[in-house]
Amino acid sequence: MTQSGPSYDELLTQAGVPRHSALSECLAALSADVLAERQKLAEEELLEKGITFAVYGHDAGTEKIWPFDVVPRPIPAREWQQIEAGLKQRIHALNLFLDDVYNEGRILRDKVVPEVLIRTAKTYRPECHGFRPPGGVWTHVTGTDLVRHHDGTLYVLEDNLRCPSGVSYVLENREIMKRVLPEVFEGSVIAPIDDYPERLLEKLLGTAPANVEHPTAVVLTPGIYNSAYFEHSFLAQQMGIELVTGPDLFVDRDDTVWMKTTRGPQRVDVIYRRIDDDFLDPEVFRPDSMLGVPGLMRAFRAGRVTLANAPGTGVADDKAVYQYVPDIIRYYLSEDPILNNVPTFLCSETQQCAYVLENLDSLVVKPTNESGGYGILMGPVASQAERERCAEAIRRDPRNYIAQPMLTLSTVPTVINGRLAPRHVDLRPFILFGEQTFVLPGGLTRVALKEGSMIVNSSQGGGSKDTWVLQQN
Amino acid sequence: MLCRVADSLFWMSRYLERAENQARFIDVTSSISLGYRGSEQALWSSLLHAGGDVEAFLQRYAAPTRENIINYLLFDRRNLNSVVSCLTAARENARSVRETLTAPLWEAVNRFYLRVRTDAEQQPQILTQPHQFLERIKRSAHQVLGVRDATWSRGDAWHFSSLGYQLERADKTSRILDVRYFLLLPMNHSGSEQLDVVQWAALLESTGALQMYRRTWGPIQPSQVVDYLVLNPTFPRSLRFCIQAAETTLRAISGNTSNEPQNDAEKLVADTNLQLGSLTAEQIMATGLHPFIDQFQTILNQIGAAISSTYFQITTPA
Repeated sequence: MTQSGPSYDELLTQAGVPRHSALSECLAALSADVLAERQKLAEEELLEKGITFAVYGHDAGTEKIWPFDVVPRPIPAREWQQIEAGLKQRIHALNLFLDDVYNEGRILRDKVVPEVLIRTAKTYRPECHGFRPPGGVWTHVTGTDLVRHHDGTLYVLEDNLRCPSGVSYVLENREIMKRVLPEVFEGSVIAPIDDYPERLLEKLLGTAPANVEHPTAVVLTPGIYNSAYFEHSFLAQQMGIELVTGPDLFVDRDDTVWMKTTRGPQRVDVIYRRIDDDFLDPEVFRPDSMLGVPGLMRAFRAGRVTLANAPGTGVADDKAVYQYVPDIIRYYLSEDPILNNVPTFLCSETQQCAYVLENLDSLVVKPTNESGGYGILMGPVASQAERERCAEAIRRDPRNYIAQPMLTLSTVPTVINGRLAPRHVDLRPFILFGEQTFVLPGGLTRVALKEGSMIVNSSQGGGSKDTWVLQQN
Repeated sequence: MLCRVADSLFWMSRYLERAENQARFIDVTSSISLGYRGSEQALWSSLLHAGGDVEAFLQRYAAPTRENIINYLLFDRRNLNSVVSCLTAARENARSVRETLTAPLWEAVNRFYLRVRTDAEQQPQILTQPHQFLERIKRSAHQVLGVRDATWSRGDAWHFSSLGYQLERADKTSRILDVRYFLLLPMNHSGSEQLDVVQWAALLESTGALQMYRRTWGPIQPSQVVDYLVLNPTFPRSLRFCIQAAETTLRAISGNTSNEPQNDAEKLVADTNLQLGSLTAEQIMATGLHPFIDQFQTILNQIGAAISSTYFQITTPA
């Protein structure tokens, strides 16, 4: 894999030739002033509609307007077909992996994945052992992050199998685009995305406990101060189901889950839970959690309620387990992986750790279990002091770190101070796994708004774009 | 619907109504205070009395001046009943039950909140010249009511919200009546002195009732004003109208079509409605307006508690 090189731009080739003529023509026809004005309009709309997210570390409940950029990110149809097939394959394999790891453990006995890696994963939940969720579905909703390196190759950066968020912004971004910059749609045929809520509801109800005729599904949220609260509320509304908090539910002595309504308790069969495992059930996990429901795991293991996603899925998106995903695909599906993994060094392995410590200036070091882009060292651009601190941390707890060569993410033109300038992007498609797996066309394109930065997370100043899967090249 | 959601819808509506009432009270007081011959301080202090805020105010402000009181009632975040606090609470409640509102309704509430927040930055100006700001508050409140009426299905969510509006209106009308009447009292008792029409008109205007009063009664007479604001069955802010509406709403929620009340809240409201329907203004004035309103306020509190225990708090079986 080549290290340096100018970024791949999603709209223009190196020679300045547009990859998507219709879109580029439309953009060219808009003056910088018009673009800037529409960008401002989009921001006002987002403010009025209260499309926000919260950032931790500020005052509790500080909402920020969802950052959105009006220049869309296109994906050619043929390329999407490959991405879609690759994602379906990957998520299928990961579900089989989770089912196996929490039951027979064949892959561990066959030493394809080191058992110690699983047992030491912070996200491994022994409480899930010996249980099969309905349909063998562990990860109903997955968000897998993809990036494109400067040579044009797509790589999977990581899987998010616990409570991946962002799909509500995908849907709202498309709506905002249509209202604020309709001109750019001229000449392009784009895969629609509005059916996501229907598909999600179908998947949720499809995994309800077996003997329930008209299952009731709810979305379980930690509440309005959670960073993704808008999404929880949005999805509940789009699916037409209740949005509940922990205290709205209770589990009775028969392990049935009920919600407290003005007409008395109403049974709940499926919970789309957007609460971390740790806070889910004070009887089993963190006893101080006020966000969860005492007895929920009882109900889950008794098969009285389906939890989507199932608890314990985090073990498969641990960044150290990531390195084994190609092997996992081969083991369960006897197929070669369609999507590429980024070459990864595990600091938990002595030799690989030594290599990492010697090459900190050319690697990106990540903790195996953080989110939000925190705790990452970008070796090539970090200071000597930062690298030394990182080395310290690695030596203290090697299992907690992995390293990868630094990728030069692709770019897309972005409105910066009223003008277009290239900024680095990634892509998070969303996959609904079940009997039939559905991949939402496109996904969330996140853009690093700071020049040269490759940290796209919204909590660190990232923005987003509407993502188009073009149905003709 | 979820108990918590019903609770939030009820309170969202109460806070919105509270903000609008506050704005109207301040606007009217501001208007009559110009060129006022009596104690301007007493006039403004009466607003504090109406909100039950006197002690809290005096703890924080040196003197009950016009500027201080307006600031306290509009912008002071430590005052839970200030317009800014009410809007923040309303919006927070709305946000936590957003999926039960229609999108236009949520946006109207959100816009109201954002507008007040932005306008509040012009604080110094507003303290000296509050009218435009107050006018915008009223309009925003009315916009919410309009969107609400036009887009929201008449289901449980609508009803719990209506209940909030109705009880808050009854509460605020009774308070301003009590306080203003008290101010006007000395002038009533000296027999033949000139009726302070301006002050009475201001009282009616505080509840938005002046124009409608005149169409019903014509010239201003104290007992007729009391009749209009307490007993009139068609004016939307009269106590009778609000209680009647609350009875209808509670029955819609419980689905009660019989003649008997089905729970404590329904019973209290039904009894109060009956009582208001059989009283005359003369009877009220004879026993004393203040004791009457005191008792009414107590009943309102009881009604609120009954609604809460019936619908907002469900006991978990052991």
